[in-house]
Amino acid sequence: MEPLNFDTQPPHLYPEYKSTILRSPTRPLMPVRELIKDLSLPVFGESVLQKYDNDLTKNARVNGEPIGERIKVMGRVLDESGRPLPNVLLEIWQANAAGRYVHRAEIHDAPLDPNFLGGGRVLTDKEGRYSFYTIKPGAYPWGNHYNAWRPNHIHFSVLGHQLQQRLVTQMYFPGDPLFEFDPIFQSVPRHARELLIAKFRMDWTEAEFALAYQFDIVLSGRHQTPFE
Amino acid sequence: MERLRQTPSQTVGPFFAYSLTAAQYGYPYDSIVHHALLGPATPGEHILLTGRVLDGQGTPVPDAVVELWQADAQGHYRTAPLSPKDDDGSEFTGFGRVGTGTQAGARFQFETIKPGAPAAGQAPHINVTLFMRGSLRALHTRLYFSDETAANAHDELLNAVPPERRETLLAQAVAGLSRPSYHFDIRLQGEGETVFFDL
Ligand SMILES: [Fe+3]
Repeated sequence: MEPLNFDTQPPHLYPEYKSTILRSPTRPLMPVRELIKDLSLPVFGESVLQKYDNDLTKNARVNGEPIGERIKVMGRVLDESGRPLPNVLLEIWQANAAGRYVHRAEIHDAPLDPNFLGGGRVLTDKEGRYSFYTIKPGAYPWGNHYNAWRPNHIHFSVLGHQLQQRLVTQMYFPGDPLFEFDPIFQSVPRHARELLIAKFRMDWTEAEFALAYQFDIVLSGRHQTPFE
Repeated sequence: MERLRQTPSQTVGPFFAYSLTAAQYGYPYDSIVHHALLGPATPGEHILLTGRVLDGQGTPVPDAVVELWQADAQGHYRTAPLSPKDDDGSEFTGFGRVGTGTQAGARFQFETIKPGAPAAGQAPHINVTLFMRGSLRALHTRLYFSDETAANAHDELLNAVPPERRETLLAQAVAGLSRPSYHFDIRLQGEGETVFFDL
């Protein structure tokens, strides 16, 4: 059996994703693990959350329901040793069902939805669990190369407990035909790409309301000594 | 012991602003992390911190997210939970975030205090994390202060940086402004490339 390869991270430079060419460091990173002893990040309390931060189908309503397929995204945040991480702040953003972002510089000629912003945030509970409702985002074109399209995805910003647990990533949907054409997805080592794809969970769906996806997030743990 | 595989990092992309930095960019959503880390009555020396993120051609990057995490004037990192309400204006969060898309010249600007030294063998410093379109992983570095020569000379981490690259971690004091100010350019590539860390 092949040993599991634990290096799951993309390189800084991935020339097929053209913007990395001028924006990635060229010198080796400096190892500082032995020099930085305590890297604890700030903790956020429940009081930072507003009532509908965990429901993107409700938090920007103006005159009706947002258009598109309502979904629920649920999962856990764990460290590499499988310990659940409570009180982790997840900030999320995404395109609407038509593949259009609210962002002003967005030039994709698809409609905005007056009832959908696409931004939200949640905190994990004691067992490291989180969940939110949203609309399934659409694919959208981008300028990397001729006829480039991003697979459907939701952006996640994750504030773990320590500096090396500060992660920004993207969640994808199973079976997307655009995976093999997307250099951002392809930048991840082949064996680790599945870690970015949510699992469809029929057993978590809400009948006549929303389909459900599971997306678990594993953050780097401080490498433990064997004595611990 | 069970070992799970880390979730791979992906780029923050160009469209983060209405979620991560909504108030700064004027989007109709609240922000819980800001360019100001302090209140009017926060103890310590209030400073203005500006800078740029420069790509391999020296062009300022207009769509980067810069995060700071630092100790207070006593050298203590905050451990109490962050909350949106600041009762007496003295609360210091120690954690800040800014996008480079709203100021001329793609500058970032923070209002904060000059941190105290967190421990023996450490000079005052600020942890800096960068995200941007074209960056597949977070970039981590540290900001030290150009006018802390004596303390910098005894900083364990700074001393581990090759001498010819130490200057890339120094924020330069800017004279002649209404309050103490520092400027910190982060160079992603080439001449004067900033030292980035493998945590
Ligand atoms: Fe996107």
